[in-house]
Amino acid sequence: MSVGTTDSGRRRVHSGFFRFMWDSLGRATDGSIYFYAWMFALSALALVGAGAWASQVANGMGVTGMSDHVSWGLYIANFTFIVGLAAGAVMMVIPAYLYHDEEMHDVVLIGEMLAIASVIMCLLFVVADLGRPDRFWHLIPGPGRFNWPISMLAWDVIVLNGYLILNLQVVTYLIYKRYRGERPRRRWYLPFVFISIVWAISIHTVTAFLYSGLGGRPFWNTAILAPRFIASAFVTGPAFIIITLQIIERLVPVWKAHGPIETLTKIMRVTILLNLFLVVAEAFTQFYTGGHHDDAAQYLYFGTHGHSALVPWIWTALVLNVSAAAILLIARKDSTYKWLNIACVLAFVGVWIEKGMGLIIPGFIPSTMHEIIEYIPTATEWKITVGVWAFGLLLYTVMVKVAAGVFTGEMADRRRRVATGEATATGQVEAPEPSV
Amino acid sequence: MSDTTPEEHGRGAVTRRTAVKAGTALLGAGAFARAMAPLTSFTKDITIDEFLQKHYLELDDAHLQKVLRRLEKETKDEYGADVQISDVRPTPGVQFGYALNLSVCTGCRRCADACHHENNHDRRTNNSYIRVFELSNGSLDFSEGSVDYDHTVPQPGKFYMPVQCHQCDEPPCVDVCPVQATWKEADGIVVVDYNWCIGCRYCEAACPYHARRFNWTKPEIPAEEINTEQSYLSNRIRPQGVVEKCTFCLHRTRKGRLPACLEACPTGARVFGNLLDPNSEIRRVLETKRVYVLKEELGLKPRFFYFFDE
Repeated sequence: MSVGTTDSGRRRVHSGFFRFMWDSLGRATDGSIYFYAWMFALSALALVGAGAWASQVANGMGVTGMSDHVSWGLYIANFTFIVGLAAGAVMMVIPAYLYHDEEMHDVVLIGEMLAIASVIMCLLFVVADLGRPDRFWHLIPGPGRFNWPISMLAWDVIVLNGYLILNLQVVTYLIYKRYRGERPRRRWYLPFVFISIVWAISIHTVTAFLYSGLGGRPFWNTAILAPRFIASAFVTGPAFIIITLQIIERLVPVWKAHGPIETLTKIMRVTILLNLFLVVAEAFTQFYTGGHHDDAAQYLYFGTHGHSALVPWIWTALVLNVSAAAILLIARKDSTYKWLNIACVLAFVGVWIEKGMGLIIPGFIPSTMHEIIEYIPTATEWKITVGVWAFGLLLYTVMVKVAAGVFTGEMADRRRRVATGEATATGQVEAPEPSV
Repeated sequence: MSDTTPEEHGRGAVTRRTAVKAGTALLGAGAFARAMAPLTSFTKDITIDEFLQKHYLELDDAHLQKVLRRLEKETKDEYGADVQISDVRPTPGVQFGYALNLSVCTGCRRCADACHHENNHDRRTNNSYIRVFELSNGSLDFSEGSVDYDHTVPQPGKFYMPVQCHQCDEPPCVDVCPVQATWKEADGIVVVDYNWCIGCRYCEAACPYHARRFNWTKPEIPAEEINTEQSYLSNRIRPQGVVEKCTFCLHRTRKGRLPACLEACPTGARVFGNLLDPNSEIRRVLETKRVYVLKEELGLKPRFFYFFDE
């Protein structure tokens, strides 16, 4: 690890990166008692999920509540929702560029880290849903046989992995450069940021096409599915980031969250109403048309033939979403963000139901042959779901902690050159020098 | 502490902290290994050959023979039965079609039962590729029908509609598969490579006829009940975690025999044959009878037809 000044520049970069990873590891495992408690709890939950998954693979997916009638359940519901979170985390910065809101630029980094954690969760949920995870390599172009461009799932594999790589590049580059005390070069991150923003729209659109392209499933076979997905992603992304920014501001006082939070709240105020409008437009078409086209909506909202497992879910979602929208509209003088935070949590959970269980399960009930077989997730499915979420939060915590350390200067390369004219994430705002 | 400099003291603290971290990491790794332990019981059944096996369409003759022998041995080891697994290819100039006479079907479900045994289905779930719907005269509304009726048949005022894979000419299940584990053969039969399927079940979501089944658990069949005449793409015992479907009994029909469901039908409701043969009975039915295609509006061009007597 000792690198003399005579080493080539290339070599220096590599060992510098090694030091960065080593320091990141140190930073990720150091903290207050609350930090340890948080990380320990997340690790424990992730381990419970891993154990449940291992026994699901060994014993077969009969341990889930799924059946040939409802062949996708909680995993794909969470997958769908989290694709939205991954997309929303980056799409929400579009207004920043449209309206030259410079304070928002630093939020790009926070959003892209959320995108990384979210895409990894998505991939884990897909793996959890596979009957034969040992054959995942069949999906790799080259050794496998990739059904591209016909299969929408093949498209989804491409866009999700591409999105992961894009965001990893931007986040790692910006934080590493900052760690080294060097000014990031715009051409190494700015094009990727813009591609990532457009790409974010694609991941949720492709995921919507996965369902809306199936002619045998009227509940999904609707042209506004992709717009609905984008609208709700514009709710969950900002909701998550608003809360994250406050936590970061509390832990790392040099980061000013007020401006970005105001902007994100303005975005949410519009998108939450847009999302509700699209829900109503869909429901109107289903119910007013009637016939068997509305069977799934009937089952979802009111129950059919004595089967009503989803009714409490969807009404909970509606109440949460409407309440969140009302709070955002009414509580405008909310300097402590108390009401804003409540609205964010309500909207986040509301969309999790509406774009999760409320969207996937009615696609299967009634079945294509009009049978009504219900679906209730089993304990195994809940354990794996909680485990994946815990792992995702763990990753996100580590990323935010390392980034915060680097940006406050607490974590800096011991061998860094004397920095002149330091730049922040996107080169917009000057951050203070390391305090100690 | 007087004989340690502050610097050494600091280094000692770091070492202690690092040791605690390393210990915790070790504990974590141990817990992870423990959590993943059930995987070993799954992987011990998967040989390297099976793991690395290529797609059916990429196997040359020698490889395919090795695979077939390996599968026979696995069946012997796991189920205790001596089976012969062959690979029967489509015959040029043959396009299979199937028709079913709704005027005479009585809903006895012998077709479904014959399928259950012919195709080595899981005994516990009583699985079959055929499901028979009981509908009321005057309506083809499946939401008012019943697939799990439990009474003598035929009931007055009812008629019966067996539904199985329609072997669509434009199969949506094939389009959606991300790994090309399912495809349409030259004679029109849609098949699955059970050793290539990753078990994502997108095809189940795409099929409008509920024709596909997933092996939620490892199929259970007593050795003495196993149909030993098997083929790679059809009725060999499927592995856990993959999708399966009706293949028009290709291990029989490609050798000139009839599907098991047709042979079992006591009413003669089922007509099977080569659509390209102008003298075949299936052609006579399609040309002279009133024919109904289920969900024809979806445009999938099924090879399964329903017809009525005059």
